[in-house]
Amino acid sequence: MKPAPFAYHRPTTLAEALETLAGESYAKVLAGGQSLVPLLSMRIAAPHALVDITAIPGLDTIEVSEAGVRVGALVRHADLLAHPDVRRVQPLVPEALAHVAHATIRNRGTTVGSIVHADAAAEMPVVLSLLGGSVEAASTGGTRTIPAEELFLGPMESALRPDEIATSAFFPALPAGAGVAFEEISRRQGDYALAGVAAVVHGESVRAGFVSVSDVPTVVDLTGVPDDELGEAALAHLDPAEDIHATAGYRAQLVRTLVRRVVTKAREAAA
Amino acid sequence: MSEELHRIRLSVNGVTREVELPARRLLSDALRHDLGLTGTHVGCEHGVCGACTVLVDGQPVRACLMFAVSAVDTEITTVEGLTREDGSLGPVQQAFAECHGLQCGFCTPGFLTTVTACLRENPHPSHDEAREMVAGNLCRCTGYQNIVKAVERAAELADPQHPDGQRPVGQQPDAPVEVQR
Ligand SMILES: Cc1cc2nc3c(=O)[nH]c(=O)nc-3n(C[C@H](O)[C@H](O)[C@H](O)COP(=O)(O)OP(=O)(O)OC[C@H]3O[C@@H](n4cnc5c(N)ncnc54)[C@H](O)[C@@H]3O)c2cc1C
Ligand code: FES
Ligand code: FES
Repeated sequence: MKPAPFAYHRPTTLAEALETLAGESYAKVLAGGQSLVPLLSMRIAAPHALVDITAIPGLDTIEVSEAGVRVGALVRHADLLAHPDVRRVQPLVPEALAHVAHATIRNRGTTVGSIVHADAAAEMPVVLSLLGGSVEAASTGGTRTIPAEELFLGPMESALRPDEIATSAFFPALPAGAGVAFEEISRRQGDYALAGVAAVVHGESVRAGFVSVSDVPTVVDLTGVPDDELGEAALAHLDPAEDIHATAGYRAQLVRTLVRRVVTKAREAAA
Repeated sequence: MSEELHRIRLSVNGVTREVELPARRLLSDALRHDLGLTGTHVGCEHGVCGACTVLVDGQPVRACLMFAVSAVDTEITTVEGLTREDGSLGPVQQAFAECHGLQCGFCTPGFLTTVTACLRENPHPSHDEAREMVAGNLCRCTGYQNIVKAVERAAELADPQHPDGQRPVGQQPDAPVEVQR
């Protein structure tokens, strides 16, 4: 199937993009297109207009500081993964990014687009949540910062308003002495995960984020939970579902296995 | 209401051509229908199979996940652009032919573009790296073993230091590779 007709805008400034977005009744932002174009082709979405933001200068920067990593809206997954300094400040970002799709998809897809797409089967939304990051949003009315814990409202539903453009995402740095790890299981390399787990261990604190086993990106505090109870403690907050790729029971078993493995690895990384 | 058409320029394989098309025209369709470059194949049309992969500014990209109107200001290379100036096969194409890396050939353009770009970035891949290069492309015929062999062979053919490297255009390989039929 092909996309339904839409009006196409390719603004060259952010201000112009925001004006256009505000003036359209049902418009969508087009960034890397790696999630949106399939939805349009399958006619799951049929917006009246697309605002292609890829010609706007200045949105493709990666700023690495001691505080963390700020990623502009047009930074492709591949650029962020290849950046030499990101790993030093926040190793969970490249560790999780390496599992986002195939290299060819990462060449086009943006990390910010992936976050605001708010898919609970995607790696980067839950990584942002686990790290307590945030998204900068701009509209004709001004800008605001949306903390990750307020960003994910429902399945593929973010707190971004239809007239807003996410201009960047911020991943806080890993504190000294903390450790992270990420692992997922997928049918084929590069596929969406059947289940995935990210963990941050800092002193006594143990927190984990889960991919593909809930409707919304979910982070669970596992501080003080004995190792052999980690799986059940996590599953109390998750809702693994059955689809053509795996049964709910199999996904639950992956959670049990992965959460122990990943928490152990994060502890080792912290030591 | 008739659909608005956009008059744009696309630069494909070093040639710039003007086309008039609706915004919803996928780059894959623009290449095939508007420009007549049918080497780019279309399988799934949602980014999964890799048959439509072309190079955009040298990087492998799914042509079915891009609108042609978004491809202005880029340099596109399709499988037609991988041959040498005289029309003979480039190293990756040559390697796929030698190693029996294709049967029906439907998936092949996507493999050729992807592998061309990957070998530019990593000219001497390990076996695992060669496998990873083609991990995002599906083939329903070959079983992949010969495709991975073709990647490794292409690395040799593209390497001027290798005895078979940069063989003069058109010359047959010295020792033909055993081909299973
Ligand atoms: C075959 C395949 C496999 C994939 N596998 C994975 C995987 O394993 N893990 C994974 O996480 N992802 C995967 N993806 C998705 C990929 O990571 C996408 O790149 C990403 O989800 C969306 O980024 P994008 O830039 O392509 O956004 P687009 O497709 O352009 O947009 C996605 C949505 O976000 C909105 N949007 C995008 N940017 C902004 C912005 N700056 N401001 C406001 N709204 C915005 C759009 O309006 C749209 O609703 C896969 C995709 C494909 C095709
Ligand atoms: S046709 Fe584009 S990836 Fe399958
Ligand atoms: S050769 Fe037939 S699909 Fe690959």
